[in-house]
Amino acid sequence: MSETRLMKRYSAFAVAKEALKYHMGWERAWASPEPKKKYDAIIIGAGGHGLATAYYLGKNHGIRNVAILEKGWLGGGNTGRNTTIIRSNYLQDASAAMYEKSRSLYETLSQDLNYNIMFSPRGVIMLAQTQHEVRGYERTAHANALQGVKTEFISPSRVKELCPIINLEGPRYPVLGGLWQARGGTARHDAVAWGYARACSAMGMDVIQKCEVSGIRTEGGKVTGVSTNKGDIACDKLGIVVAGHSGHLADMAGFRLPIESVALQALVSEPIKPCMDVVVMANTVHGYMSQSDKGEMVIGGGADGYNNYTQRGSFHHIEETVRALIETFPMISRLKMLRQWGGIVDMTGDRSPILSKTPVENVFINCGWGTGGFKAIPGSGWGFAELMAKGYSPLTAEFGLERFYEGRFIDESVAAGVAH
Amino acid sequence: MLILECPYCGVKGEETEFTGGGEAHLKRFGPGASDDDFHGYLFKRENPKGVHLERWRHTNGCGKWFHAARNTVTLEVYGTYPAQTTEPPKDIKDKISARVPGWSWREFS
Ligand SMILES: Cc1cc2nc3c(=O)[nH]c(=O)nc-3n(C[C@H](O)[C@H](O)[C@H](O)COP(=O)(O)OP(=O)(O)OC[C@H]3O[C@@H](n4cnc5c(N)ncnc54)[C@H](O)[C@@H]3O)c2cc1C
Ligand SMILES: [Zn+2]
Repeated sequence: MSETRLMKRYSAFAVAKEALKYHMGWERAWASPEPKKKYDAIIIGAGGHGLATAYYLGKNHGIRNVAILEKGWLGGGNTGRNTTIIRSNYLQDASAAMYEKSRSLYETLSQDLNYNIMFSPRGVIMLAQTQHEVRGYERTAHANALQGVKTEFISPSRVKELCPIINLEGPRYPVLGGLWQARGGTARHDAVAWGYARACSAMGMDVIQKCEVSGIRTEGGKVTGVSTNKGDIACDKLGIVVAGHSGHLADMAGFRLPIESVALQALVSEPIKPCMDVVVMANTVHGYMSQSDKGEMVIGGGADGYNNYTQRGSFHHIEETVRALIETFPMISRLKMLRQWGGIVDMTGDRSPILSKTPVENVFINCGWGTGGFKAIPGSGWGFAELMAKGYSPLTAEFGLERFYEGRFIDESVAAGVAH
Repeated sequence: MLILECPYCGVKGEETEFTGGGEAHLKRFGPGASDDDFHGYLFKRENPKGVHLERWRHTNGCGKWFHAARNTVTLEVYGTYPAQTTEPPKDIKDKISARVPGWSWREFS
């Protein structure tokens, strides 16, 4: 059994108390231990999905002798590189259940973790700019109504009311309406990783950074542990949660995946005064934008058209994205862009994730979130932990690897039409 | 930025001149094949971190399909070769071996 670690709680009172001591009394947010010889469960990858999985293994299933191994720094993968859009207006029932569970967990996550993840349910509009998109989103709105997910199809004038800086009469693609989810929004991406890591550490779990898994050890088709740059570590159960590196880890375990890895980019502008308090996605012209609390315009770009692990992305995608956004938001034409970066996203053919058992006994994989898994972190962790603990979870049941074998896809190409 | 050379027209261009066509040298399985083979052909991908063999099309040029041997981490291109082949030519394999000793990709090495 692992010992829980005593950590001081964050509160307004603690801030006041620390202020009197010149803020010298804050302790480290999580422990940095050396690995033990053996754990009940090892999670590879300390991104949001890996950390959330560990957290719910402990919180919901009492499995606390857990290590989370991270080759870099925690949250340094896609979790710390994304544009933080949270929404649950997907089309298929299995997706709606997963993303809505996740969105609802986000609402109280700051309280649950005692860590301010800055969830901001400011609302998300997905613009319809062709007749095809109008029909697609009307269909989604009806599907969402049946699924109990609150969304509505809104008129162009309502779009303008929600987002005054938008240009409805673009030269190429006028705004014909939009799919509006008032309860969608954004959160602070790093804080989601940090909050889960801190809570895992408090439960006695070991978050081990700079620990790269280089091999998966098996005996008689069953996992026995992993090899790392910090030595071999044994485990009863293994969860692979490494996003763009899933194919690489699957290769170590001896199976292949229906996944391709590509770089996806984002960029932010110089900070400006508040001008936009919703998230707007424009799938036809391929761009989306929101404003961060610091005032930067956060812009999502396109994914590369070929497999790569560069964490950089091709330059022409920025040009395309910015061109499209200037058409939609003319006032940004003089903004300077400050930073650009990329993450390696794991794409499946049906644009839905994989949460599954694998051909190796007691090895589980959670991947394929592609361009849109930040919004799913709490729900995915919840379901995947249940799958690892009990061998079955109603939340993940449809997302098994066997769906490809059976031709039972969860087609979200409309909902995931733009990288988000 | 990725720079490729079309093996047909000999034109060197940056990536917006071409379109990626995914994994190369797939063995096609159709009606009558086993479920495993069909599933493997349709969905299972190498997706390697390192040496990769791919199909590309010279879309904004001669329009022809060709093959490229490329590194997915460094974007180094080891060479391009015509589409009418089932494996990379020896000189390209040698070039890869010189740069990445001990490489392998499906049945090739
Ligand atoms: C530019 C961009 C914008 C995006 N925008 C959005 C958005 O607006 N909304 C949204 O919902 N989603 C968005 N996404 C997608 C989202 O970021 C991802 O789906 C999500 O963060 C994936 O989380 P993860 O925990 O699975 O992966 P990651 O956060 O990538 O974590 C995986 C971890 O595994 C580690 N790892 C890999 N190999 C090994 C190894 N061998 N040993 C040990 N550790 C290893 C990595 O270092 C990494 O830290 C975006 C992605 C990008 C790149
Ligand atoms: Zn050509």
